[in-house]
Amino acid sequence: MRAPSSDLPLMLEDVSILAREVTILDKITLKIAAGEPTILVGPNGSGKTTLLRAAMGLIAPTRGRVTWGGREEVPPARRSIVFQRPAMLMRSATGNLTYALAAARVPRAERKARADELLDLVGLAGRGDRPARRMSGGEQQRLALARALAKDPDILLLDEPTASLDPAAIKALEDIIRNVAARGIKVVMSTHNLGEARRLAGEIVLLHRGRIVETGDAQSFFTQPKTEDARRFVAGELLV
Amino acid sequence: MLTRRILIALTAAAFIAGAPAFAQDKSIVVSSTTSTQDSGLFGHLLPLFKKKTGIDVKVVSQGTGQALDTGRRGDADVVFVHARGQEEKFVADGFGVKRYPVMYNDFVLIGPKSDPAGVKGTKDIVAALKTIKSKNAAFISRGDKSGTHSAELNLWKVAGIDIAADKGPWYKEIGQGMGAALNTASASNAYVLADRGTWLSFKNRGELDIVVEGDNRLFNQYGVILVNPAKHANVKKSEGQAFIDWIVSPEGQKAIADYKINGQQLFFPNATAQGV
Amino acid sequence: MPTDTSALDLILRADPALVGIVRLSLLVSLSAVVLAALIGIPLGALIALTRFPGRNGAIVLLNALMGLPPVVVGLLVYLMLSRSGPLGSWGILFTPQAMIIAQSILVMPIVAALARQTIEDLWEEYRDELAALNVGPVRRIFTLIYDARFSLLTALLAGFGRAAAEVGAVIIVGGNIDGFTRTMTTAIALETSKGDLPLAIGLGMVLISLVIVVNALAWGARRASERYAG
Repeated sequence: MRAPSSDLPLMLEDVSILAREVTILDKITLKIAAGEPTILVGPNGSGKTTLLRAAMGLIAPTRGRVTWGGREEVPPARRSIVFQRPAMLMRSATGNLTYALAAARVPRAERKARADELLDLVGLAGRGDRPARRMSGGEQQRLALARALAKDPDILLLDEPTASLDPAAIKALEDIIRNVAARGIKVVMSTHNLGEARRLAGEIVLLHRGRIVETGDAQSFFTQPKTEDARRFVAGELLV
Repeated sequence: MLTRRILIALTAAAFIAGAPAFAQDKSIVVSSTTSTQDSGLFGHLLPLFKKKTGIDVKVVSQGTGQALDTGRRGDADVVFVHARGQEEKFVADGFGVKRYPVMYNDFVLIGPKSDPAGVKGTKDIVAALKTIKSKNAAFISRGDKSGTHSAELNLWKVAGIDIAADKGPWYKEIGQGMGAALNTASASNAYVLADRGTWLSFKNRGELDIVVEGDNRLFNQYGVILVNPAKHANVKKSEGQAFIDWIVSPEGQKAIADYKINGQQLFFPNATAQGV
Repeated sequence: MPTDTSALDLILRADPALVGIVRLSLLVSLSAVVLAALIGIPLGALIALTRFPGRNGAIVLLNALMGLPPVVVGLLVYLMLSRSGPLGSWGILFTPQAMIIAQSILVMPIVAALARQTIEDLWEEYRDELAALNVGPVRRIFTLIYDARFSLLTALLAGFGRAAAEVGAVIIVGGNIDGFTRTMTTAIALETSKGDLPLAIGLGMVLISLVIVVNALAWGARRASERYAG
């Protein structure tokens, strides 16, 4: 059922994206390989969301190219995304999952069991019958994450999943993300919560004004930033 | 899925709704006038005919002009109307096979019980109309080119009144059926010419009553015609002719005579009469 | 139908003629709504999800057609189905089928226009999600229609209300034949012309009650299923 090839490494090669003459991403080159989570940090408007959408294949670059496992134009069969405000389908929680499983060509007979596993994974066991749209923000984020995992992806893109959640909900979600990463799924996540970046990151990518300012493993990024912008960012100063 | 089940059920319902048309093969369409329908005559005749022949008669009631047009287009098998001139033209033009006289009823002049024109008691419809005109008493006309409207216009002509030129605010053409004309007259206490059958079965009389009746010039002849199968191959010739044969037979004629409302006979069979 | 009894009597005694009229009204109008849905929902979805020259004009036209005069539709269908018309060989003038066709033409623009709006709004919301889930174009259309089901049900009810209430089209193409093509509305028109205003009003009450019952049932179904799927 699963294609033998992988969507990793995910390569952005000299990618620029313009929207109405405004540069959103400016000559981004980035290699995303298997391993620890990659965390995108940077102020609002720095291009994190656009980078994730380009990585997903939802936006075509104006210049440059995006490749998955060395190929272009790959349908998103092996990569998933959770949007900052996920749209829940008008069905039950289980219905949302079986829908995604069907879209991923999982045989009908297996869907219910898989959906229950996924609900269990995100801590929603026993709540599968609830209408998805009536769940709390934290529950919806977790359900969206479970739904994104339905296609058994190589890479999971998360766009500020913890924004606007309370600490308990953030903790629950971070635990799930760690759990997912531990299963060998590559996590790429944006956040502007530095503490969260510190807690989850293997690798940090700092974006500012559509450019990559600095990349590196989390340890050295936080202790020995190489650039002045990164130093100020880590120190909690405002990048404008 | 609930919605899918509902959809299937509704689609099934659609077919059930359509089914009677296929089930009732032995049926004919008769286009007739509002007066025969509204008076309840067909409700009396058709079960008798069906019992005898098994043929279902579907009556579409329209004004005489429209009823003839329905026949002309081939949408009816038989026309049953009351406007001799138009009927004879229908046959002469080849749309009908033959015209059979069936029965007559009569028109009555309806007016307020207070009788503002003071015409009650006379048998002379022409004199009554002249009086109404001279007193400018309110009068409702069908104005819809129906058989009853033609009869009314003809009576004005006999009275020597050019109603098209002489009508004033007292004379209102409503362009609707008999029932609507009676409703309007009832609401505005006006005079109106009506066929007796519709009047007898009419319920919203208010202050209205018959003011003039019994004048020979108020007779209203009905005829029945088979639509010409040579023009329209779909016409059910044998069933249509069976209906005509029955209605002009002694049995059908008796059935017409037997139809009464409150003990009053509405239609007078005269299939054997000449020149009507 | 006996005219010397009150409408209430007819209802209480479940007068067979009255029951037949109610049954025919429901079957004709519901069938028309089903037909209109089978055409109108896919048409609305198509317009919502595709871009083509003249699309804006099509949307304006569809919205305008929601107000089609029933008597005009009746006349056009009459001319089509008449023996002398292009579809005369079908032989269905003055039958319930003709009434279903006329009413579905009246209802279809309502269903299509409301479906178009609903599906387009939902598509805005779902577009990225469905692309991310790798959903193909065919499954996408079914998903949008399915997920818009509650709004579409409301559109169908609006269509049913229009069908059940109109008299102009059914009286022309059905002919108001006793026991065959007589519906609630044509019976009301007939009783009015006979001057039996109490019976006409009684029938009107029955019609209004029916429409309320149908809407209540649909609303209950919607509430019940929303509780599980909302």
